[in-house]
Amino acid sequence: MKNIIQNINKAFDHRIRLGIMSILMVNESADFNMLKELLGVTDGNLASHTKALESENYISIEKQFIGKKPNTRYIATKEGKKAFKEHIDALEKLIQKS
Amino acid sequence: METNKYLNDITEIKNMMNRSSRFLSLSGLSGILAGVYCLIGAWLAYQTIYTDSNNVGSYKNLVLTEDAMKRLFAIAFIVILFSLLTGIILSIKKAKKENEKIWDASSKRLIINFAIPLATGGFFILFLIEKEIYGYVAPLTLIFYGLACVNASKYTLGDVRYLGITLIIIGLASSYFIAYGLFFWALGFGICHIFYGSMMYFKYEKN
Repeated sequence: MKNIIQNINKAFDHRIRLGIMSILMVNESADFNMLKELLGVTDGNLASHTKALESENYISIEKQFIGKKPNTRYIATKEGKKAFKEHIDALEKLIQKS
Repeated sequence: METNKYLNDITEIKNMMNRSSRFLSLSGLSGILAGVYCLIGAWLAYQTIYTDSNNVGSYKNLVLTEDAMKRLFAIAFIVILFSLLTGIILSIKKAKKENEKIWDASSKRLIINFAIPLATGGFFILFLIEKEIYGYVAPLTLIFYGLACVNASKYTLGDVRYLGITLIIIGLASSYFIAYGLFFWALGFGICHIFYGSMMYFKYEKN
């Protein structure tokens, strides 16, 4: 039991960060607006959560211009995908246990 | 207490994965209606092709006048147009009801991936018609439509995959029993659409 709880990742222990990672697991990349619409959050809120995930090296951020508009894309890193998979496995095990 | 939270997390993960990568507002009811239009179309086509001089199964000596050809194309065109319109309108309705967007990354991805095999088949069949090779038109429409469904199923409700596989099998059977193209066509596009459409309707829309 203790081992499993160790695999529960604090970085994903929030609805929005969980959502961001879920979206990036099944999409090559997602831009700021797509995340915003899917999660239903404000700009500032989303930015602070993406920053938190970036500082853990779980997602990478790419800034580019589409025409004259700045566009920010988020991509899950290898490390992030691995960590998230372990997190899901741990969640499932905890549910089965009880 | 804790377990509930974990369960919620898992549900939320699944929900986000699905909503961000799949177009879920596809209407099952539109599938049923498309099947009905198709059966009506097949009945009209039957009336056009099998007149007194042409018997069922005598495809090889089947002679079609230019008028009959035009009528068949008109029937096909109207059936496709009505099916598409119904599909679009009912999916918009379903999206509105579920507070989802109709035109976003997931619906674009669905249309592109559905269109690639379908357009390939469409051009291929047009070239066959141009070269006056009509025998394989019906089987090939079934096969390519089936492949399009299988391809698109990754981007929408998973049930579409089984519709696709069924249509491919019917298409292959139809290329073997080539004289019965119209019947396989009615079975594939008509009955299968109605069957899988109602399955999706009862599974996702009824409540």
